[in-house]
Amino acid sequence: MIGLALFVIAPIVYALYLSVFRSQLVGGTTFVGLENYLTLFGDAKFWDSFLRVLLFLVVQVPIMLVLSLVAALALDSMRLHGAGFFRIAIFLPYAVPGVVAALIWGFIYGDQFGLTGAVNDAFGWHLAPLSSSWILGSIGNIVTWEFMGYNMLIFYSALRVVSPDLYEAAELDGAGAFRQITSIKIPALRGSMVIAVIFSIIGSFQLFNEPNLLQTLAPNAIGSYFTPNMYAYNLSFAGQQFNYSATVAIVMGVITAVISYIVQVRGTRAENL
Amino acid sequence: MHHSTRSSAWRRVASVAVAGAVAAAALVGCSSSGTGSDSGSSASDVTATLKKGGTITYWTWTPAAKAQVAAFEKAYPKVHVKLVNAGTNTTEYTKLQNAVKAGKGAPDVAQVEYYALSQFALSDSLVDLKQFGFDSLKKDYSTGPWGNVNVQGALVGLPQDSGPMAMFYNKTEFEKYGISVPTTWDEYVAAAKKLHAANPDAYITADSGDPGFATSMIWQAGGHPFTVDGTKVTINLQDEGTKKFTSVWNELVQNKLLSQTPGWTDDWYKALGNGDIATMITGAWFPGILESSVKDGSGQWAVAPIPTYDGKAANAENGGSAEVVMKQSKNQALAAGFLQWLNDSKKSVSIFINAGGGFPSTTADQNSSAFLNQAPEYFNGQKINKVLVSGAKDVVSGWQYLPYEVYANSIFSDTVGQAYSNATSLDPALKNWQKQLVTYGNQQGFTVKGK
Repeated sequence: MIGLALFVIAPIVYALYLSVFRSQLVGGTTFVGLENYLTLFGDAKFWDSFLRVLLFLVVQVPIMLVLSLVAALALDSMRLHGAGFFRIAIFLPYAVPGVVAALIWGFIYGDQFGLTGAVNDAFGWHLAPLSSSWILGSIGNIVTWEFMGYNMLIFYSALRVVSPDLYEAAELDGAGAFRQITSIKIPALRGSMVIAVIFSIIGSFQLFNEPNLLQTLAPNAIGSYFTPNMYAYNLSFAGQQFNYSATVAIVMGVITAVISYIVQVRGTRAENL
Repeated sequence: MHHSTRSSAWRRVASVAVAGAVAAAALVGCSSSGTGSDSGSSASDVTATLKKGGTITYWTWTPAAKAQVAAFEKAYPKVHVKLVNAGTNTTEYTKLQNAVKAGKGAPDVAQVEYYALSQFALSDSLVDLKQFGFDSLKKDYSTGPWGNVNVQGALVGLPQDSGPMAMFYNKTEFEKYGISVPTTWDEYVAAAKKLHAANPDAYITADSGDPGFATSMIWQAGGHPFTVDGTKVTINLQDEGTKKFTSVWNELVQNKLLSQTPGWTDDWYKALGNGDIATMITGAWFPGILESSVKDGSGQWAVAPIPTYDGKAANAENGGSAEVVMKQSKNQALAAGFLQWLNDSKKSVSIFINAGGGFPSTTADQNSSAFLNQAPEYFNGQKINKVLVSGAKDVVSGWQYLPYEVYANSIFSDTVGQAYSNATSLDPALKNWQKQLVTYGNQQGFTVKGK
């Protein structure tokens, strides 16, 4: 209980406390009530970053989860040679620290001396994964590579606990492999899918490591408010605006909680149908 | 799911909270600034305290610092200097700023780059070294760095190195394409066109939007975009000097004649080595970077004075640091004594030059024949210091940075950087930068006017 109060509740209360003050380089700190929140709702930079991660969420998460699902079903089908190897290979990127992953991909994306540069030279292409128009997709690619294996493992473990009796009964009823997927496996996965979706929503809204590390390679494509987390970070560490930064953190936390809650309610309701 | 992103986000929240806690503590302790026990001391006290001894802390990321401190402790055995590397530039400033807010935890002596000095001077966290009679040291330093350590009538530090600008160019590349070395900016633009036409992979220089470079270029052109008087700030990023700079640079930006390879990346180092980046207009510290990180360029590079607008020599500084004495120091006289030895003694500066590859700010060291006659193999035996030292004499005086230059630089890529990416005019982008700087300044309690 004390641990909970100290490490979970206290920081939140403190962030709330910070968010109702404003401290200035000249003039010290004053109580401003909800002014920071009002500023935030009219802050184009914040909404710009929010819409960017929302777009990221809507595009990247479905792609990643479908790939994870296909991988999990393929493993579970028992028709794969070297299933153990595949399982490890797909999961391995998750074990690579995010910082290292971003550095590796930074090299791959380099369009002059990196791998992309070599590909461009060989085929006469002009791929520029670090340009403004491609950067979000490039980051999505890194995140998919990193977390596909993790989600696959969630799905795969859910499939492993399905009773073999069900498959036996289905076979007796003449259901083929595809029918078994749609009627047994997918319904069995619903609970873990809700969890995977919620985790992915949280992850998308909190996107930070990958863009922050790629920023040195693409300073103009990744601005100081590329994602809400980067915005909060730069507000406090470059701009000394700790109070406003706390406001950003709280508002993002509330938005994330609300959306996750909706997903959970919808997900479990569908289960009961 | 993004597990690692999530946990590191928590760590960040925690560190924001800690930083905030420090800020909150400042509420309690804000009256404690200037509690240094001996703010009324003078030059004679400095010599006395050095003999008496004591312990001070020194924050720096200078490569030569360890050797300098060792030599100092040998000369003054009773003084102990705790050397701490608190991170490079902005990392250190964050820690320093937090300590200032908290009212405790700051070192006695700290390294601060010139552009960030006024931010710390503003929060009244730096000792005015005039009380120790250090204003008499003016004659020892070249004009650029000396101007930088004088912030609004106070002497807030002593210069360590300096970065008078010069044009470093890849001689091999220039000769290969029959391009003559430009002496004016018009010739520079012509060279840029000729080079890129001859070799589409090669660019006259790399610039994807660097605030330090842009402000230095405006400085060289005679601009004064930032005027600071106490907490009254005027910003005019469309003054005569700024326009002079953009009229040249726009031509390079809009015709896509600048390499967009960001600085300090692997690609950048490689391009410096293979001729794809043919010149760098930058500070006198640059030879150290070339020699240590661009080995492939050895024998290819040379130095020439920075091009001018009208043939009349004018220069600016780019980069460089000072060391300051913090007001929180319990022993300001001792700290000042160490600082004077560190940045004004022959012994220390020679360690700085030889062990760290730095470019000094003291005129005696700049003009010593040993320094002027250095002929590095990397530059084909060219006596590069002669060019660089002569450039230091032409630095235009009267330049001021914003009292929140650190923040200003952090949003440069959001605004001006976009013009570089889109190959559009820098002028509207600079105005946009100015607009955001005016807003931020007013939010922070300054009275900021944009012209």
